[in-house]
Amino acid sequence: MTLTEKILAHASTNEKVSPGDVVFAKVDKLMMHDVSGPGVIKVFSEWEKKGMKLEHIWDPTRVWITEDHFVPAADRISADNINALSNWAEKFGIKKHFKYGLGQYGICHTLSHEEALVLPGEVYVGGDSHTNTTGAMGAFAAGLGHTDIAYILINGIIWFRVPETMLFRLIGEKPDYVMAKDIILRIIGDIGTDGANYKAMQFSGDVVKELSMEERLTLTNMTTEAGAKNGIIEPDAITEQYLSERTTANYLPILGDDDAEFSEIYDYEINKLEPIVAKPFSPGNISAVRDLQSVELDKAYIGSCTGAKLEDLRLAANLLKGKKVKIRTEVLPAAQSIYIKALKEGLINVFTEAGAVVGPPTCGACCGAHMGVLGKNEICISTTNRNFPGRMGHVESQTYLASPIVVAASAITGKITDPRDVANC
Amino acid sequence: MLKGKAHKYERANIDTDVIIPGPYLKIHDHKELAKHAMEGLDPKFPEKVSEGDILVCGSNFGCGSSREHAPIALSQAGIRAILAPSFARIFYRNAIDGGYLLPIEIEESTMKRITDKDELEIDLAENKIVNLTRNNESYSMKPFPEIIAKIVRAGGLINFKYDREEEEEEKRSTRGDI
Repeated sequence: MTLTEKILAHASTNEKVSPGDVVFAKVDKLMMHDVSGPGVIKVFSEWEKKGMKLEHIWDPTRVWITEDHFVPAADRISADNINALSNWAEKFGIKKHFKYGLGQYGICHTLSHEEALVLPGEVYVGGDSHTNTTGAMGAFAAGLGHTDIAYILINGIIWFRVPETMLFRLIGEKPDYVMAKDIILRIIGDIGTDGANYKAMQFSGDVVKELSMEERLTLTNMTTEAGAKNGIIEPDAITEQYLSERTTANYLPILGDDDAEFSEIYDYEINKLEPIVAKPFSPGNISAVRDLQSVELDKAYIGSCTGAKLEDLRLAANLLKGKKVKIRTEVLPAAQSIYIKALKEGLINVFTEAGAVVGPPTCGACCGAHMGVLGKNEICISTTNRNFPGRMGHVESQTYLASPIVVAASAITGKITDPRDVANC
Repeated sequence: MLKGKAHKYERANIDTDVIIPGPYLKIHDHKELAKHAMEGLDPKFPEKVSEGDILVCGSNFGCGSSREHAPIALSQAGIRAILAPSFARIFYRNAIDGGYLLPIEIEESTMKRITDKDELEIDLAENKIVNLTRNNESYSMKPFPEIIAKIVRAGGLINFKYDREEEEEEKRSTRGDI
């Protein structure tokens, strides 16, 4: 069995599971945020109206809540949603609530690794499609809607169709100025935005072995954009080190079998990879940065669970140091803890001295909700994960997706720019 | 048995940002969401749809976010079923588990054959679709896997209780048939 199959077999107390089986699996951890949370509350109240008694949830210690999509409260409705969520969490005894303006908080997928909330071998579900991110820890991590989340909160189990696993072996050595973002954009460009629909995407190979945890998280984060049920990487010494810096919790890592069967195996020679962007209006619509250098931009955005982790900020700052941005540039660290580390390392100074605005952690602009949405015909280059029509604002705005280094380079010139062209200027 | 008028959008990858744009995610009033269904693709959509109608779309319908607002908005606008060659996984399970509407997988050729405003009849017991506008020609649909069919029959997860023993018993009896 593959790693994904083994975790699902274990969680459904089956000796063996095969792709296509539908199993009910026990859930270890659950996350909901200020969009899926109010949805859950509504489902609970409807189920109560139909006669269900909902006084307790299955296990409040396995549940956490984040405030990320509409903080700082975008308007009165958002503020009411956040308050309702707080009251609800209190009622059901959920202690882990990462509140905006009250210590550690940030984007849900960033907190799940920054706070080591998910451990290798676990089944983790979240009320958000990019829950896949946390699969980089060696867990089965999948996004669900709020009815599923409500069902799990009551029953502790949920159905999954066991996915086929596609294996992506990343071979060779990663060139300078190429990041995990370029690799995953290349893969999505090749297999398409439904290329992994219902399937698991597993990453292995020399390049993955050398990748830091944060970079691995970029790979799994964007498996959602290929339609994957989950993205996953076998836990190793890097995983162990990352977790040991953040938690004392014990875990028993699960590894795939040597004779595991994969539905597809892709070998990628990473040596040859160049910086990539995804053009509007699909993460699969890729092009080499070099081929797009005449595209004039209005805005550069460094933010989100995909592209505002500490290393993302370090590499962007490295390029921006001593330079000025030519277009409107926004930098939003993905969590308060990352903001603090960036501040201590002097990165925030670099951004502000370059002329960029540094904002609080939020999903706001990434999903076009608030905090810097795009107007009609505006063109943005962004470290985020999606560029569907209207994703970051007006339906006639455009977003190019790229790595933090490419976005920083483009912020300096005002055009889509290969970082190799500005790095040594 | 479901019967309704087809609304066809042949494009592949109709995503959740198009079905219900991000700014509406803070809204949890289902009727309000219906007013913005498919706003990114066809702002007149809610006016065109009547209760019981059927969407016919290209592959990978509902890709993108996990927002349950997407099947809710479509369902509240009146849509009872969506026919497409494939669905994005979270949209698919949200539609079924919330009991909002039926995501039904059909062949690409069937999707091409059906035209806008055709009157369709969906027969879940027989796993077939009949086109009343085209001399009752009939198309096959992919049956739901057993557990999912049970959730569909229950009208969503609210009325569904998973019973491991019952499942084991069914597995045993199926094996007995072979």
